[in-house]
Amino acid sequence: MYSQGLRDSAAGDEPVELLAAFQARIDKEEKIEPRDWMPAAYRKTLIRQISQHAHSEIVGQLPEANWVTRAPTLKRKLILLAKIQDEAGHGLYLYSAAETLGESRKKMYDDLLSGKAKYSSIFNYPTLNWADIGAVGWLVDGAAIMNQVALCRTSYGPYSRSMVRICKEESFHQRQGYEIMVKMAHGTAQQKAMAQDAINRFWWPALMMFGPSDKDSPHSSQSMKWKIKRFSNDDLRQKFIDATVPQAEYLGLTIPDKHLKLDDATGSYTHGEIDWKEFVNVIKGNGPCNQQRMAARIKAHKDGAWVREAAEAYAKKLQNSKDNKKEVA
Amino acid sequence: MYNYIQNLADNTLILGQRLAQWCGHGPFLEEDLALTNTSLDILGQAQMLLNLAAEIKGDGSTADDLAFLRDAIGFKNVILVEQPNGDFAHTMLRQYFMDVYHVHLYTILSGSSNQSLAEIAEKSLKEVTYHLERSQLWMQRLAHGTKESIDRLQNALNELWHYTHELFEESEELDDLVEQGIAADPIHLKIHWEADVKEWLASTALTIPKTGWKATGGLNGHHSEYLGLMLCEMQFLQRAYPDCEW
Repeated sequence: MYSQGLRDSAAGDEPVELLAAFQARIDKEEKIEPRDWMPAAYRKTLIRQISQHAHSEIVGQLPEANWVTRAPTLKRKLILLAKIQDEAGHGLYLYSAAETLGESRKKMYDDLLSGKAKYSSIFNYPTLNWADIGAVGWLVDGAAIMNQVALCRTSYGPYSRSMVRICKEESFHQRQGYEIMVKMAHGTAQQKAMAQDAINRFWWPALMMFGPSDKDSPHSSQSMKWKIKRFSNDDLRQKFIDATVPQAEYLGLTIPDKHLKLDDATGSYTHGEIDWKEFVNVIKGNGPCNQQRMAARIKAHKDGAWVREAAEAYAKKLQNSKDNKKEVA
Repeated sequence: MYNYIQNLADNTLILGQRLAQWCGHGPFLEEDLALTNTSLDILGQAQMLLNLAAEIKGDGSTADDLAFLRDAIGFKNVILVEQPNGDFAHTMLRQYFMDVYHVHLYTILSGSSNQSLAEIAEKSLKEVTYHLERSQLWMQRLAHGTKESIDRLQNALNELWHYTHELFEESEELDDLVEQGIAADPIHLKIHWEADVKEWLASTALTIPKTGWKATGGLNGHHSEYLGLMLCEMQFLQRAYPDCEW
C-alpha cells in the first residue's frame, strides 16, 4: 500500500532541489500527502510521533478502565465507557495515519510490546481514587488538547485530519473530567480530599506531558521547520498552566507548586522547576506503573493470539470455498 | 410487574458490568472497541429499564439506588450473566446466547401493552440485532476456525449450557403479565431461542453437554457466589461514601 510514497532516498543523499521544493511547499502551508515525495527524516519523525501517539491512546485505556467497574453511578459508568472507547478509536485512526507512511500496524505494535517504542509518560501513573478519573479528563486530556489543537495544522495531511476529529472528542473528555472535579471539590469533605489528592499527584506529571524543556528537546527545531510541530513544548506548557490555574481556583483546590505566581506584567503564571529526573526515569521505564501497563498489554495480546488465528483460519476457509465455487462455475 | 422489569434490567446491568471488564484487554484493537461498545449499549438498556423499575416501585428510589444499593438477594438476573468472562470463547458464547434471547424478547416487547416497556424494547432491538450479527459471526469463526478455537468453544458450551434454561423459567406472576400483553411468553421465547441456537449448533461439530443439572434461583435472588463479589466492586463508592453526589 502507498508504496509510491516510499520512493524518497535515504537521509543524507537526498537531492537539494527536492529538499528545497519540499520546504517551499511547507512554507506555503501546503499539506503533504502520502504519495508525495518527502525527506526520509520527515517520514521517520512522523512515524515515530504518530505511532507514539497511537500507543499512548491504547495504553491510556488502562488507567481509566481501572475505574469502569467501580464508577459511582450509571451515568458516570456510561460516560467513562464511551470515553475510553473514543480513546481506543483514536488509536485506530492514528495507526491508520501512520500506515500511510508505509509502516505496518503489526510492526508498530510489536515495537510497543517489545518496549522499543514509547508512549506518553502520564499513563505510567496509577488512578487511585475516583477523583483521579476527573483529574485524567481535566488535566491529562486538557494537556493533550493543547498539543493536539496545535497538531490540527500540522503539515502531514492524514495526521492533521485525524487530529481535527480527535480534538472534537477530546474537548468532550476534558469537560466530563472537569465536571467530575466540580462534583468532588464541591461535595463532602471526603470527596474534596480525594479531589485534592488527585491534583497533588497529577499536576506535575500533566506538565511533563508537554515533553522536555525547549533547550533539551532533541527533535524540536527540525520539527518546527517542517511544521510537524507548530509551537514549542514550553509555549504549550505555559498556555496550559495559564488556562488551568483559574479552573483550579474555581474548584477551591490547591495546585501543588508553592512557586506558582501570577506575573501581572505578562498575565502569565510563573511556576516552580519541573522534576526532570522523574520525567526521564518514567520514560526509561521506571515509573510506578510501567511494568504493570506493559504486562497488561502483552497479556491481552498473548491471550488473544488464538482468537486472531481462528479468525484468520476461518477467513481463509471462506476464501477457499469461494475460489472453489468459482472454479466449478 | 416490578419483578419482571427488575429481571430484564438486572440481566442487562450484570452482563454490561461483566463485559466492561474486557475494556482495554480485548484480543485486538477492533474487538476491544466492539466489546466496550456492546457493554455500553447494554448498560444503556439497563439504565432505561432501571428507570422504569424505579418508577413502578414508586417510593422515590432512583435507577442508581436500585443498581448500587441492593444486596445480591435483591438482584433478579439469571445466573448466566454473572458467570466470569473466562476466555474469549466463554464471553462470546454467553453473549451469543443473550443476543439471541434479547432479539426475540425485544421483538415481542416492542408490542407490549405497557407503552414505556414497548418504547425501551423498540430502541434496544436495534442495538441487540447488531450485537447478534457480531456474536453470530464469532460463533462461526470459532466453531470453524482452528482446533484450539473449537476446543475452547466446546469447553464454554459445556460450562454455560446449563445456565440457559433459567432464561425461560415460568411463574404465575409472569403468566398474568403475559395474559395482559405486558410480558413475553417464556414458552414462546424458549421455542424460538432453541430453534436458532440448535440450528447453529447443527452446522458445527459442537455437542450439547449431557447432565441433569440446571441452574436456577437467580429470579428469586439466589445467585452464584460470583454476584456478591461483582457487587462489592460495582457498589464500592456508593457504599463507602453514602449520600454523596457524583
